[in-house]
Amino acid sequence: MLIRLTGGQVYDPTSGIDGQQQDIYIQDGRIVNKPTGDFQVDKEYDLQGKVVMSGAIDMHTHIGGGKGNIARTLLPEDHRQDPVASTHICRSGCGHAMPSTFVTGYRYAEMGYTAGFEPAVLPINARQAHMEMGDIPILDKGGYVMLGSDDYLLRMLTAKKDQKAINDYVAWTINSAKAIGVKVVNPGGINAFKFNQRKLDLDEQNAHYGVTPRDILEVLATAVKELGVKHPLHVHGCNLGVPGNMQTTLDTIQGIGGLPMHLTHIQFHSYGTEGDMKFSSGAAQIAEAVNNNKNITIDVGQVLFGQTVTASGDSMRQHFNHKFASPNKWVVMDIECDAGCGVVPFKYKDQNFVNALQWAIGLETFLLVNDPWRIFLTTDHPNGAPFTSYPHLIRLLMDRSFRNEVLATIHPEAQKMTTLASITREYTLQEIAIMTRAGAAKLIGLKDRGGLSAGNWADITVYTDNTDRQKMFEKPDYVFKDGELVVVDGKVVHTKWGTTHTVKPDFDPSVEQGLKDYFDRYLTMKLGNFKISDDEITEDGRGSITVHPLRA
Amino acid sequence: MVEIAEVPSPFCGVGTDDLKIQVDGVTLKVLENGCVVNTPAFEQPITDTQPRVNGQAVSLDVAVAKVASLLKNTALPVIGGCATDVNGMRGLLALADRCGAVVDNMNFTRARNNFLALQDSGWMNTTLSEVKNRCDLFLVIGADLEVVVPRFFERYIWNAESMFIEKTDQREVVYLGTAPSGSASTSPAGKAAQVLSCATDDLPEVVAVLRALVNSRLIRAESVAGINVADLQALADKLKAAKYGVVTWAAGALTYRHAELTVQTLSEMIKDINNKNTRCSGLPLAGKEGDLTANQVCGWTTGYPARTRFSRGYPEYDPFMNDTNVLIAEGEADALVWVQAFNSKSVPPVTELPTIVVGRSGMVFAKEPDVFIPVGTPGIDHAGHAYRTDNVVAIRLKKLRDSGLPSTADVLNAIEKALREETVC
Repeated sequence: MLIRLTGGQVYDPTSGIDGQQQDIYIQDGRIVNKPTGDFQVDKEYDLQGKVVMSGAIDMHTHIGGGKGNIARTLLPEDHRQDPVASTHICRSGCGHAMPSTFVTGYRYAEMGYTAGFEPAVLPINARQAHMEMGDIPILDKGGYVMLGSDDYLLRMLTAKKDQKAINDYVAWTINSAKAIGVKVVNPGGINAFKFNQRKLDLDEQNAHYGVTPRDILEVLATAVKELGVKHPLHVHGCNLGVPGNMQTTLDTIQGIGGLPMHLTHIQFHSYGTEGDMKFSSGAAQIAEAVNNNKNITIDVGQVLFGQTVTASGDSMRQHFNHKFASPNKWVVMDIECDAGCGVVPFKYKDQNFVNALQWAIGLETFLLVNDPWRIFLTTDHPNGAPFTSYPHLIRLLMDRSFRNEVLATIHPEAQKMTTLASITREYTLQEIAIMTRAGAAKLIGLKDRGGLSAGNWADITVYTDNTDRQKMFEKPDYVFKDGELVVVDGKVVHTKWGTTHTVKPDFDPSVEQGLKDYFDRYLTMKLGNFKISDDEITEDGRGSITVHPLRA
Repeated sequence: MVEIAEVPSPFCGVGTDDLKIQVDGVTLKVLENGCVVNTPAFEQPITDTQPRVNGQAVSLDVAVAKVASLLKNTALPVIGGCATDVNGMRGLLALADRCGAVVDNMNFTRARNNFLALQDSGWMNTTLSEVKNRCDLFLVIGADLEVVVPRFFERYIWNAESMFIEKTDQREVVYLGTAPSGSASTSPAGKAAQVLSCATDDLPEVVAVLRALVNSRLIRAESVAGINVADLQALADKLKAAKYGVVTWAAGALTYRHAELTVQTLSEMIKDINNKNTRCSGLPLAGKEGDLTANQVCGWTTGYPARTRFSRGYPEYDPFMNDTNVLIAEGEADALVWVQAFNSKSVPPVTELPTIVVGRSGMVFAKEPDVFIPVGTPGIDHAGHAYRTDNVVAIRLKKLRDSGLPSTADVLNAIEKALREETVC
């Protein structure tokens, strides 16, 4: 079937198309060139006056894995505020802070998103991450596998294993966990917490291993680069949430020595210690460092006001943060000599000085980083806010007067501590398309997503232009997933199953000798049972695996 | 005849995966690393292979159509048992969503002791590999651990090697409440566990005093439920002195009313210890017959644990009202679907309601259900996934033989499809 989307204003940064009127043809799920000669259009959508972008990609969202399910179990009262009934098309579930899997898929699609990437896949919990994501309809998905606090890597570092050996281990782990990237969370800190260390700065040693976060970042960033994995090492840095952590973040950027590195939810790592409250914005310094270091990419982790729940692999910092739990209940876990997690409900309040300044710091970061190809729109769902707040966030970025109206309502001392009012920048539609589509696809290394040129999969979102950008982005006219119409007027009309994006870097099979010995001696599962096979994702007939190319 | 190594077990709760099993046609024999729980569960022969409607053998299609007709006009069917693998639970929840059923895991009343504590105040927990490598003090509360999990001590406490404990036989094991029935908790060097025994019903009081002592509160009594307060003081001191203490309990063994308060006191005590400059973690024991699997899959599908109803079109969790036995006793339920793929001895409650059983081959019923569909066992007849006790690790279950029995998911998906077709028409 040949589908034509006629006359829309197309924003396709990958092809350099910035709002020009252009027709798009879809056949067999993909975008094709206009056929030559006589041809018959089977279905046409008149998009005169509409805005056309590719489907949005959330490059950092906690949508799969054990800590998310702990968060769900912890908060029945939150679900009760947002029940979602089944329809003849959709399954029932719940929404708000940590929606059920089916509702996650529907609500992302209803905002024009067609892919989401879980950034904290513990190797030992990767099965669960894939099983949960396997129950998220419509969206494509993928995961970044977490390393850096696993005892195996730390033992390798203590034993001074060479980079080649570490590369083999990293590649083996990516393959075993069916991941598309590598993440490190509080490098070595989750492990140090198990030895009762309560903080771990960039150059502070793990009490048992003598290894520092700096050592871990260097070997992992090098491994990712040398393996040819396109997504740079995805870093949740040291000292999350600690006043003054801006300096740690700047040192982390300098310390990586030009290697590609993605610093995630950087808002939580951009705090100074100025002012009466000893808490201030470091966004300007961080943005300057990002602007000056082309090897660095970031996503923001914007805080928006309201109830949410924070779910992180960073057991060390989450244990500290339990003092702020609202409601006052929380979970921290040590996990399988592999990693850990912490789940702490949070209510961000605009009249709380710290929360209000966190909000402003995130926005300052968005507005002070110049290159939209190196910054990504996230709330670190659900940690800064649920993903359903993205249209509101887009309006804050695109509409200065709206932004200043909200600014005028937050805690007065926080208003004094931010430069936000003086920042005139407003994001353009093309910049939004870069941050949420083209840039994200490029950063993750998706070969045929995030663009609207021929050959791409037809993941396409159509909006009605509206100066109220929140209204515009929360209710697309149409969303196509792999060429199938899934959303009309902001409601799911049809569901399908997306694919799981992965990479498969090579490794020396002899890496399994050391691993098998380690598993047999110290772990509680056999090596052969640890590795996830393709059929675990595909056997129910819904899932599929897409392998993306490595850097040549 | 083949031998399959590294077979994971869905039966013992701890995900033992070192079994060696001989497969001869459909006959299984555990050759290595069996135990009193796993060996009979694997070796149980297949008896029923064909579905029955009103006691008469029928084809699967006929049985599925009969189930759909029984469920079609129900107002509040209850799906109990919920003992199956991840795909089985997916099918079960899709069916429940379709017909507005109540989903209720058969172990939920016990598991509720944990859920109520978790949902009120949370906890700090750990997992089996951490226990194996880090635990230096192991405190068992109210459970006869080796009966529940026969190989627990062998695999996780007296393991030959450990990364951070120089000699595992120097680990300290303390029982509070029930005394162990065997000697699995005695170290290889012959050191027996310390036992501070009391009646299970007295645990709330004893645990409350222990927490108070951990927090240096003054206790005027000299003994509590027959235990010297001085002994509890020594235990509190040990917990604070340990580098990585682990406290374990089995929610199902706390067989008194409001046992969730005991779980909460323990969990809060563990949090307290973590604020006293050392580490300590909880390890709730569960994971039998798919109970954690049911709660996990129901959790991500609905937001709630597996005692949830769909009768108003969306999931509603109620840990008390959605109890199968209550709904049957009070005449609210109008049909019962019993799903139990692991244990043929676990049969549905006898009721006058239309009863459908999707169960492991070999079930013997006091009253023949309207429909019985024998299904394969996950990890024997088909591959699958199940959660083990620490609720973090999902094990990949293997298919060991070709029995021809359908999986739970096959059957429930077929019923859901038949119902959907009837509703749409």
